Amino acid sequence: MRDIFTLSLIASTIRLATPLVLAALGGLFSERSGVINIALEGKMLAGAFTAAALTYAADKRLGMGTASPWIGLLGGMIAGLFIAVIYALSCIKFKAEQVVSGAAINILMLGIPGFLSGAFFLSSGSTPQIPKDHLLPQSPIFIAVVVLALVALIWYVLYNTPFGLRLRSVGENPEAADAAGVSVSRIRYSGVLLAGVLAGLGGAYLSIGQSSLFTRNMTAGRGFIALAALIFGKWRPVQTMLACLLFGFTEAVSIQMQGVFKLPSGEDIPVQFIQMVPYVLTIVVLAGFIGSSRPPRALGIPYQKEK
Amino acid sequence: MNKLARDLLFPLIAVVAAFIVGGILILLVGDNPIDAYRLLLGSALSWPDGIGYTLFHATPLIFTGLAVLVGFRCGLFNIGAEGQLYIASFATAWVGITFARLNPWLLIPFCCLAAISVGAVWGAIPGVLKARFGSHEVINTIMLNFIAVALVSYFTQYHYKVPGDPILQTAPIGEGAHIAHLGKFIPGFPERIPLNLAFLLALLCCLLVYLFLWRTKWGYEIRATGSNPFAAEYGGISIRKQIILAMAVSGALAGMVGIHEVLGNRHRYYDGFSDNYGFTGIAVALLGRNHPVGVILAALLFAALQHGGIYVDGFSQHVTKDIVQVLQGVIILFVAAEGFFRWLLRRKASMERLRA
Repeated sequence: MRDIFTLSLIASTIRLATPLVLAALGGLFSERSGVINIALEGKMLAGAFTAAALTYAADKRLGMGTASPWIGLLGGMIAGLFIAVIYALSCIKFKAEQVVSGAAINILMLGIPGFLSGAFFLSSGSTPQIPKDHLLPQSPIFIAVVVLALVALIWYVLYNTPFGLRLRSVGENPEAADAAGVSVSRIRYSGVLLAGVLAGLGGAYLSIGQSSLFTRNMTAGRGFIALAALIFGKWRPVQTMLACLLFGFTEAVSIQMQGVFKLPSGEDIPVQFIQMVPYVLTIVVLAGFIGSSRPPRALGIPYQKEK
Repeated sequence: MNKLARDLLFPLIAVVAAFIVGGILILLVGDNPIDAYRLLLGSALSWPDGIGYTLFHATPLIFTGLAVLVGFRCGLFNIGAEGQLYIASFATAWVGITFARLNPWLLIPFCCLAAISVGAVWGAIPGVLKARFGSHEVINTIMLNFIAVALVSYFTQYHYKVPGDPILQTAPIGEGAHIAHLGKFIPGFPERIPLNLAFLLALLCCLLVYLFLWRTKWGYEIRATGSNPFAAEYGGISIRKQIILAMAVSGALAGMVGIHEVLGNRHRYYDGFSDNYGFTGIAVALLGRNHPVGVILAALLFAALQHGGIYVDGFSQHVTKDIVQVLQGVIILFVAAEGFFRWLLRRKASMERLRA
């Protein structure tokens, strides 16, 4: 087992877990306020595409050099926010079925990036390559510090500020929060929009941090893994981050092992079984076999203010 | 507004609105929307290729649309049709390979049984998890999709691939398991078009699902659970049983995609064959307002778009086949947010009242 835990594996775990942490923490804001977030995947795709396209444009067309990834990063966050506005309007204002709208956003975002890259870059679904030195900082230590700081900040906001208290109460018991004078829809808007920004950020890191271009459907289910991590982490920031690290680790292992994973006893485990780990764990945890994972009580239920 | 008018009007508005949004996007990237739409839909109406391929593409969508419909009618959201159809298709191919030499009259029913039962079992898992532990079927079906894809890819890669084949696919099934292309029966309709008997099976399933849901006791109990679980339980219906039953039926329907794909089309299991059939099934069921007839119409629309997408890719300058996915997404968004149109109507009414 010793040679599994090499430095490079730890570094790649951090890099692979980062987009998951960002998206899962976004999902946390939205779900703790009572809005299901199946649409994380679509928001990540929006962020990833916009970030790569803008970084390329800033680099090649405007000659912004090393500043261009930061433009891209900002663009990715705005793209996530924009998608979240559509999602929030549909779920909160028009009281649409949340899972359905989320699925719609995901399908839409499978199409939009390909459509736009076909139009702008005359390619089939990917953006042009960005030079290596015009990407986001690559140092795993730097990334780990930023992510840890973000988790700490989110933990603080959630448990130690009036906004955090309101967010949690709206997700658990919107009627009571409403009676206490909290605007349920305003809090839910903030939750969903924050989720958009964070998921967009996660997507941006995927395309201009981990990779150097956007490719068709590049998230490949990471939005759903983030959702799984959120459930595995019982809708709490620190546990969710740890779940993301675990899932990032399984991904890192399956990449490094390239096909088969050798057990110390000499047996082979095909990579597919390692890829399954996050999903199986999530089902097991959700069923309550390992501790119970209870969703916010009002999750998924549109709030109808009494007239 | 009476119910039938509403059932026809809202989906129609959603489709038109989506085409307008898509048209604006096409204009923005510098192409002519009318030309693009003509390519997209015109190619689907040509005889025999356009119509043949549209019906061919509609077949799996009818199955997955019905699968999502049965779930919805029980108040469940089956996002897992994708996983169910993958694992069932693999099982179909497994039977077709393992018992290749069996008499076709035995082998074909055997393969169909494999598709249906494996789909049903995979669908029932989230049903049992929900009934027994109360865990949300949406999350579990999403997770089971990934598990199914990984499992099937493992079996294909390590156990059922022809050695040396660079493509991730199984060996071919026995010829006795092939089901006929419809060209064989229709004069003037070429046999090379892969439209096959599974299409007729899909239509039959629409009828069966209708009869099951609206004419049998089980179907009634499923619908009662879907419309009001508390009332259903009070009326003596076991909600848990209905949840498991509905998910199993839903999975079985999704699994039938295997009959179309493995017995009728590729004659082997081809890894990653599904063009998002499971997810498009959600769009089909929603646009079809969860009625079997609506499912057929919606499946035809999406199939026509899918077929036309190829032409858009080839013949227009800036627009790619991704426009199909965009239209699909916008259609579901509008169908989901029916409240949006209600709100528009209400606003218009109140504006008029203000003016008066």
